[in-house]
Parts: sequence; structure tokens; C-alpha cells
Amino acid sequence: MEEFAALLNALVYTTSRNRKLALIAAYLRETPDPDRGWALAALTGSVDFPAVKANTFRNLLKERVDPVLWTLSRDFVGDTAETASLLWPEGSASADKSPSIAEVVETLSALTRSSAPTELPKLLGRLDENGRFALIKFATGGMRIGVSARLAKTAFAQSFDVSVEEVEEYWHALEPPYAELFAWAADGGDPPDVTNRPMFRPFMLAHPLEEEELDLSDYAAEWKWDGIRVQLVRVNGETRLYSRSGDDISATFPELLDVLPIDAVVDGELMVRGSVQGGEAGGAASFNALQQRLGRKKVSKKMLAELPAFVRLYDILLLEGEDLRELGWEQRRTALETVMPRLPDSHFDLSQIVAARDFSHLAEIREGARQDAIEGLMLKRRDAPYIAGRKVGLWYKWKRDPLLVDCVLMYAQRGSGRRSSFYSDYTFGCWDGDPDAGAELLPVGKAYSGFTDAELKKLDKLVRQTTLNRFGPVREVERTLVFEVAFDSVHSSKRHKSGLAMRFPRIHRIRWDKPVHEADRLDNLRSLIRD
Amino acid sequence: MSNPFSWIRPEPWGVQIVPANCWIDPGRAVDRALVTHGHADHARGGHGETIATPETLAIMALRYRTGIENGEGEIPSKATPVQYGETISLPGGVKASFVPAGHVLGSAQILLEHAGERVVITGDYKRRHDPTCAPFEVVPCDVFITEATFGLPVFVHPPIEQEIAKLLGVLAANPDQCVAVGAYALGKAQRVIAELRAAGHDQPIYLHGAMEKMCHLYEEHGVDLGKLRLITDADKDDMRGHIVVATPAALNDRWSRRLPDPITAMASGWMRVRGRARQRGVELPLIISDHADWNELIDTIEEVNPAETWITHGREEALLRWCELGQRKARALAMIGREEEGE
Repeated sequence: MEEFAALLNALVYTTSRNRKLALIAAYLRETPDPDRGWALAALTGSVDFPAVKANTFRNLLKERVDPVLWTLSRDFVGDTAETASLLWPEGSASADKSPSIAEVVETLSALTRSSAPTELPKLLGRLDENGRFALIKFATGGMRIGVSARLAKTAFAQSFDVSVEEVEEYWHALEPPYAELFAWAADGGDPPDVTNRPMFRPFMLAHPLEEEELDLSDYAAEWKWDGIRVQLVRVNGETRLYSRSGDDISATFPELLDVLPIDAVVDGELMVRGSVQGGEAGGAASFNALQQRLGRKKVSKKMLAELPAFVRLYDILLLEGEDLRELGWEQRRTALETVMPRLPDSHFDLSQIVAARDFSHLAEIREGARQDAIEGLMLKRRDAPYIAGRKVGLWYKWKRDPLLVDCVLMYAQRGSGRRSSFYSDYTFGCWDGDPDAGAELLPVGKAYSGFTDAELKKLDKLVRQTTLNRFGPVREVERTLVFEVAFDSVHSSKRHKSGLAMRFPRIHRIRWDKPVHEADRLDNLRSLIRD
Repeated sequence: MSNPFSWIRPEPWGVQIVPANCWIDPGRAVDRALVTHGHADHARGGHGETIATPETLAIMALRYRTGIENGEGEIPSKATPVQYGETISLPGGVKASFVPAGHVLGSAQILLEHAGERVVITGDYKRRHDPTCAPFEVVPCDVFITEATFGLPVFVHPPIEQEIAKLLGVLAANPDQCVAVGAYALGKAQRVIAELRAAGHDQPIYLHGAMEKMCHLYEEHGVDLGKLRLITDADKDDMRGHIVVATPAALNDRWSRRLPDPITAMASGWMRVRGRARQRGVELPLIISDHADWNELIDTIEEVNPAETWITHGREEALLRWCELGQRKARALAMIGREEEGE
């Protein structure tokens, strides 16, 4: 437990992604099985001990510390595990040495609600403050130390010089402490056998289309729908739904778990029913509507009824035990079309091919996409196999040109990491009426990209010279500068005073020359809303 | 004075000694002030007369020109030194003595005696050894007016040797980088440097400009700080593998761009709490404080064993609760202008 505690502590105080990766990788190389597997499970949020909850520790502490002092301390520290680890009474040095993670797992797994209050203190008594912090985090899950599951898996891959896609390929089929995974990656054993398990296959991804013109006899075009990319997997009758990052989101969309009638792996866009995208009945609602369903662990009946989810299918990877990924796109597409009649149209439809005479005709069609609130087009090489990741020349995303609006810089905030001493996050606004008739600026968005390092220095200087107010890390500045802001779409939002929220705003150009009263008005922005 | 202790009146901006018509650590300019130590939330300029230890007056002369002649041969702000252990008479039959508080150079508790009653105002204090100042002395009294900056049981400061060893360990492990230690310019900076010297670190230490004069003042008072250099006089590469000491504010600002790959450290009692360190972008937290931690606060109250405990700036609630649990008479004074982060 000591090494794991040291790792957690080091991660807490590290902001650099590369340093975090190096710390985790070194730990995984140097720590024996099965402890390193359990540590990896903890970092990826894959451990759960039903008898141990944050409340279990809270109650233990309240028996040992005055409850008023506990509450005052918890409020100040802001983290139950940390408060508990700091307040746990240091006993006389225990003769037992710090337990291994394996021993901790064994103890925690065997706990019941009635045995926990007597067994947990024995474990805590063998640890110092860092050890207690690590133990409580480990036992209750939810590390909250700035390490995502993806980052931990990337560190695993770096540690043993394997590809993270391959790790993802096996990940969801395996259980902590991942003995087969370490046997393969660390000890040169056979890859884990994952047939017959409903596991995630890494997605094939696209590059943005820049200047090239493509020959449509080599590439097929499809709409790029604005939902979330998902993979629906059914093996031996068991169905799982995975997000783009490979997270299991089955619980968030329970209506999709018993509707795939055959064993298969399909790739598509998850959306909710509506009439915004595509503009026709039976189409899809905007991303804004879908957002209300994301990130939920439990879904109410009302949600299921009002915002029913469906999958618009792009591709098929496996069908009834047969791996189709080696086939060209056209052959997979044919397989998908053949399967479609067997799938219920309540929950599935097919992403249609966009027919165009030639590339310039396709460009015209793409221009019209805005009217239908579609993100843009996808171009897929007709003979390309399904390959994980982004391989140049196979798939392209050709987003419609961004929308542009002129906004006025209002607030700036210091960045982090490399930009930690620079004011690099900007909040900007539009006029709520005629600026010459006393209109005010209302914030409409925030951006921290789209400028060069040289421009950043200039912006940083401007912020410091024109500061009106300071609120912690944020500075309010005089209204002197216009940004031309690019964004993908704009939606109504109750969360913002301006009543709207932009998607993917970024600085397109800095208009050092433009007077602020010539910046856009809210009405212009509102007219672009397609909800 | 019929009511006990009514001659001492706490106001939000300071403690008034009513019969003497003077104030302790007032937050606004007054005719006559007794000042416990030189930190800005206790000492300020512009008093008609400032009564403090010679060291505190030297610090205030540097910061506020207290006791220094103006161009016309006048001293607008008079300075009256009182040595540790010395007792002076104030108007109205009040006697005042200055007793070491162990917080920073020159820091004092003030013992007030009037009508057979004894009141001690601690100012800020700590109980740990500090090579840069005289150690805290326990003074029996009826009313003990204590600080409570770290008045929560989560605050337990580890031994400073352990934190200094941590700092030197990181420095040795990263010879191509510098470790930039954020520390308050008065007290913390000099203590950290002195403790580094005591641990055998004899390399030059680089200073932010704001530290220079205060370090010289400490040296003039007999605190050896070893080889000090100014960052403005150094090449970026010279600082690789060395310790830089700067004000906490400078570390997060563009000032830090002149340092070679700095590892950001912070010497503060707040570093005990991970979230506090993360908020400030601290990579190497050093739990080094010039204040009493929770155990020292409560041990000191028990040792002094006053009839009443009055609690000033900090987390009064928890210490008040502790007094209540031990059936000690206590009250919280609402003091303003004592910075929450003030160390």
C-alpha cells in the first residue's frame, strides 16, 4: 500500500500529462502482481466493494472525533477521504507492517456492513496519513486526482511498449487484477483470449479534410451526424454499449440493451428522436437535447419517454461470430444493409449514403447541411478495412465551415501547465442591443485556443494593462478588443444570462483593428440557433 | 473598573487598552500602538507612536519608515523600543511587558497588567524551534487572547527537518531544474534558508528582489543565511540545480518565466491540505508554518490555563468548540483585516 500511496500523492501534485504517464508507468513496471493490477483497476475506476462506502468511514471518524470538529474539518478540506486520513488518531506504532494491496482487497472483499466497523480500523491502524488516504480512496472508488481511465491505460501501454488500442481491445473483457493483461504485456505471454466476451473494439477515426479534393469513385460520402459515436456489442446474447473512449455506458441507455436481435458489433451515432437534424419526422434532435441524457447512471421513465435514444448505423465490425474488419468498407456496407431488415426500426436506422455527381457537387450539398443542422460530411475510402485509430487517407471528416461572430473580450483567466503564468482563457460577449444607445455586453462563450504563442504574449500584456477588476484567477478587462470567434453551432441555454451556448468556440482571428461597438449583437447569434 | 477585564476592549480593528488609550496591532492609524510583530496584518505605518521590540521596529522602519526622520528633521512616526522581558508603564496604571512569541524575528506576546488582572495577547506564535527568533515563553495569566490561524484538528505540522529533507531530496533528484520555494518575505523565507543551512546545504540560494532587504536585516540581527544571490544578477542556467526563494505571488506570475524549468514548491502550513496545494499549482508542498498547529494551540491553552480564553483571527469555531468540550470559558473575537492566508 505504501508504494501506491506514494504514487497517488505524486499524481495529486503533478499537472503535466507526460509526468503523470511516467509516474504511473514506472509504478506498473516496478510493482509485483497482483498489486499493480489492483492499482490499475483503482486508477481506472474499476473496483467496487459493496460493504464499504464513504459513509462507512464518516461514521468511523465520528466515533473517534467530536462530530462538530469533524464537520468543520470536512468543510474546510473538501474531501472526505482526506479529512478522515488526517483526523484518524495515530495510535502507538503498530507492529504489523503496511498491508499489500492484495491483502487489502482480500479484507475489503470479505467485509459485511456489520464487520466493516471493526475490521477497517485494524487496516487504518497499520498505515500513515498518506497510506490512509490511499486506502480510503481505493476502498470507496472515485479517485478524483486528475487521472482519467484513458490516461491510466495509456500509461500501461507506455510502460510495457504495447499499443493502447490493443490494450483497449482486451480491457473490457478482463477483470481486475488483469493477470492475463500483465502476463501478455509485461511478461511476453500470449494475448488474452477474449472471444465470447462482449468487449469493446477500438474505433476507426477520421482526419479532417484540409485542402484535398477526393475522387468520389474512391470515396463514399455520408452525413456526419451530431450525436455521440457508440459501439453496440452483443455476444452470446449479452449486450453492451460503449462510448468513443471505450467506457461502458450501457446503464445510461437501457433502452438499447435488449433490441439487438443478433450477435454483432455495430458502429453508429447515438441520438435522441426529434426533427432537427435532417429536418424530417423520425429524424434526430439536436445535440443539445441528447446532452440531457448523457452522464446519468440511472434514467427516469420520463427521460426514456421524452428523449428516446436510437442508433444511426455507420458500420458493422462483427456479425454472428465472423470478424468483418478485414473487409473493405463497401463489403461491410453491403453486410450492414443486408442485416438492417432484421433490426427493429424503433431503435435503429441506417446512415444514408450521400449521392453526388462529383466533388464540387458534394461541396454544394455540404453547404446546404447547415440548414439541416448537420455537422458536415464523412468521406470513407471504399476499399479500406476497419482499422483502429486514425490512419491517413482512409476516412476524412469534412465539417461544414464554422460560423463566425465578432465578440468583445470581457474576462481573462490564467491557463495551466505550459501557460500557467499567462492569461490564456478568454470570456467574450455580444451586445444586447445598440451599443451606441447604451446596450450592454453579455458573455456568450469562452475560448482558449486558436492563437499563436506570439499572439498569446500580446493578449497577456493587453489583459494586464487593461484590468478593471480581479476575482481570484480571473481578471475583468476594459472592453477594447474584438475577437472573431468561430464555432460549430449555437443552442439555447438556461444556464447563461445571454440565453445561448456555443459549441466548440475558438478564436478565429484577433481583430486588433476593429472598434468594439462594431462587434455583433446577441440577435445575430440568436438567429443561428437550431434547437 | 467594576467588571473583570472591562479595561481591555476588543474591536474589529484591534484590541484597545482603555485606561491607557492605546491599541494593540490596530488595523488603522492611532496615536499610540503596541505592535506584536512586523507582518502587515499586525503592523502598519502612520501611528503617532509605535511601541514594539527593537527588531520589530527595525522591520517597520524598513517597511513603513517608522521612527525615521523625514526631510525636515522630524520623526512623524515615533518608535519606542522595549526589550524582551522589559516592563513599561502606560497611562492609567497599566503595565506592559514584551515576551518572545517564537513567530518571526522580534515577535512578542504582550502581557498587560492592571488592577490585579493579567491579560496576554499572543499575536501570532509557534512552539517549534526556530533558529531565526527567540522561543515562545509560557506566561501565566487570567485572560489569554490567542490566535487560531490553524485552529482545526487537521492541521498538524510535521517536524521541519522532514520537510527540509524532502526539499533537498527533490533538488538532488532534478539537477537540471531549479526548485522555486514560495515563502513569505518576512520570517518564512529566512527560516527556510536557515534550516537548509542547518541541514548542511551550503550552495548559494537565489532570492527574489522582495526578499533581499529583509534577509540583510536578519543577518544584521545575527542570523547567518549563508551565500545568497539575487535572481536578477544570475544567468538562467546558473540556477539549475539550485534553490530559489520567492514570494508566493511571484511564483504563479510571469516573473517565474526567468527561472530554468522550476519545480514549484510552497512553504506553508496550508500545504497540509492537498486541495490547497493544487489550487495554487504547487508541485512540492512543504508543510512549514510559523504558527502553532492544532496540538500546540490546545496544549498551550492547557499549559497557560487561563480563566478565560479569547480567540482571535483564524478558525475560531473549532477552538471554541474544543474549549466548550473541556468546559473552559472562551469567546471568539471578530477581528477584521487578518488575512485568511496570512502566514
